[in-house]
Amino acid sequence: MPLPDKKGRFGDYGGKFVPEVLMPALQELETAYARASAEPAFWSRFHALCKDYAGRPTPLYHAHHLSQQLGGAQILVKREDLAHTGAHKINNALGQALLAYAMGKRRIIAETGAGQHGVAAATACAMLGLECIVYMGEEDIQRQSLNVFRMKLLGAEVRPVASGSRTLKDAINEAMRDWVSNVQTTYYLIGSVVGPHPYPMMVRDFQAIIGKEAREQVMAAWGRLPDYIVACVGGGSNAIGIFYPFLQDEAVKLIGVEAAGRGLETGEHSASLMAGAPGVLHGSRSYLLQDEAGQVRPTHSISAGLDYPGVGPEHAYLKDTGRATYVGVTDSQALEGFQLLCRAEGIIPALESAHALYYAAQLARERFKEELIIVNLSGRGDKDMQVVANALGITL
Amino acid sequence: MSRISSAFKKGRPAFIGYLTLGYPTLEMSLEAAAVLAESGCDILELGIPFSDPLADGTTIQRASQAALEGGITPRRCLEAAALLRGRANIPLLFMSYYNPILALGQKAFCAACREAGVNGFLMVDLPPEEGENLEAEAKNNGLDMVYLLAPTSTRERVRLVAQHSRGFIYLVSLTGVTGPREALPPELEQFVARVRPETSLPLCVGFGIAGPEQAKRVARVADGVVVGSRLVQLLEEPQPLEKLKSFALGLRKALDSIRG
Repeated sequence: MPLPDKKGRFGDYGGKFVPEVLMPALQELETAYARASAEPAFWSRFHALCKDYAGRPTPLYHAHHLSQQLGGAQILVKREDLAHTGAHKINNALGQALLAYAMGKRRIIAETGAGQHGVAAATACAMLGLECIVYMGEEDIQRQSLNVFRMKLLGAEVRPVASGSRTLKDAINEAMRDWVSNVQTTYYLIGSVVGPHPYPMMVRDFQAIIGKEAREQVMAAWGRLPDYIVACVGGGSNAIGIFYPFLQDEAVKLIGVEAAGRGLETGEHSASLMAGAPGVLHGSRSYLLQDEAGQVRPTHSISAGLDYPGVGPEHAYLKDTGRATYVGVTDSQALEGFQLLCRAEGIIPALESAHALYYAAQLARERFKEELIIVNLSGRGDKDMQVVANALGITL
Repeated sequence: MSRISSAFKKGRPAFIGYLTLGYPTLEMSLEAAAVLAESGCDILELGIPFSDPLADGTTIQRASQAALEGGITPRRCLEAAALLRGRANIPLLFMSYYNPILALGQKAFCAACREAGVNGFLMVDLPPEEGENLEAEAKNNGLDMVYLLAPTSTRERVRLVAQHSRGFIYLVSLTGVTGPREALPPELEQFVARVRPETSLPLCVGFGIAGPEQAKRVARVADGVVVGSRLVQLLEEPQPLEKLKSFALGLRKALDSIRG
């Protein structure tokens, strides 16, 4: 049976845990999405934009030098960094902006952590002529100032969020408050497979284009399915996007890489699936980093895009069923993965994706040369120059 | 008839006062609650703070954060409610978000509410579609689980909430977060009129109500008025308890002036 079910559940996870004022809006969204996704014209519009505007399909690149250097399995890199705006986020932003347009909503709000989703949303809105307001935590504004400038250039208004930990979690709280206040006129373009139903399903459906392409590409080039797929997981949209079309292929092992920050034992990390417990935040039930009283815990990651205490409910389901496994990579390991790809392949990855790369590199070393590992290179690293320089003790 | 529903008397609009437990301190919030109970408040709504109160405006966000920094937990809120039960002879209603209750355990929470003398609760982010388990536990413990309606609620949803809510129905006056407003929406009366035929439960209106004039407008059509953020703000002023008392008495007087 396809998931989620009618209540928006993936097993015990997902659902709709929102204030009453939003319930009618979620029902409206569900109906609009059901109607749109049943129309071939909607999908052809989406695919045309993905192709002509976002530059899809993105290549599946065989990282020979890296693979050779590691001396084990072959690493194939799904180049989402080459998509327009530099990350996979554009797929979802285009899909939802088209839906918002079809629903007659002209005011779009979004949240952003690293700024990649904010840029993608601002881009899609500029192209479709929609008003765009992006909520971003003050701490993230500081560490991702380049993306803030990009959003402004694209005509979006960036609203700083000073509450709580001043990161992605609080940006979502503030976007939700805006939505609660302006629900009749506003579309909330959520950036990951989180939030209340139907968001986790909808965002997955738009991001699944990554996995569909990767599947065709690996079959065409290698004549077989990969042995492993590795992707980083914050909210989890790039991971679900590449995992989803392989879910039925039991032989393909799916590995999600969470941000272990300064180490799981320090408590300063963002590894919800590895170190959290089921709870309810931002409209759905999933794994959550929380204290024993159910208060959401502060998180840490060197990458703003992974710095989030929750995770998409479908990942929670995949974890519990054992279909996917989840591992942690620390800040310093991610930096290692970052430098490894820069030097071996001349590709500068986003710090988020560098978590997946580090893990894939470790895995490749232990596996046979004949085996294939696909890594989702979810974004490019230009936005992270300042953070990486700081971490390496270099003054720019 | 539950203790909460018996707080509504014909021709006498109820005054429901909200406070965030643990703000500015636990002792102070208890003192404040006791003052409200002696000053014409009919039901005390006690907020159990949550780290991510996404339906709340700046006042209650700030209060929740400060209370959490002061070490408040759901368990301490339950202890506080038990203390208050000894001092205030009016119904006590918890208000919270779902996660702290889930973390404590729904069964344990409801049993602890009953033992503490709490009469019911409302969960801001738990619509009836997801509330089945908590509703069952509430019922087992003789507690009223109050659901909310908003101006955006469709007729179908009004009926759903009317079917599931116990004690009263909480009507959110506006599409927005908590916090006092200059003016309430013009559609407020229509909203109440739209819900009225669908239920025999008392209808209480909250969100945005800042003072006696707005309370009077609400009380002309509804059975109760909820004042929250405004009370929390009074606790931030000098001589907070005196101010709270005179505000509550003023509100009571305003409500009584329109009786009949």
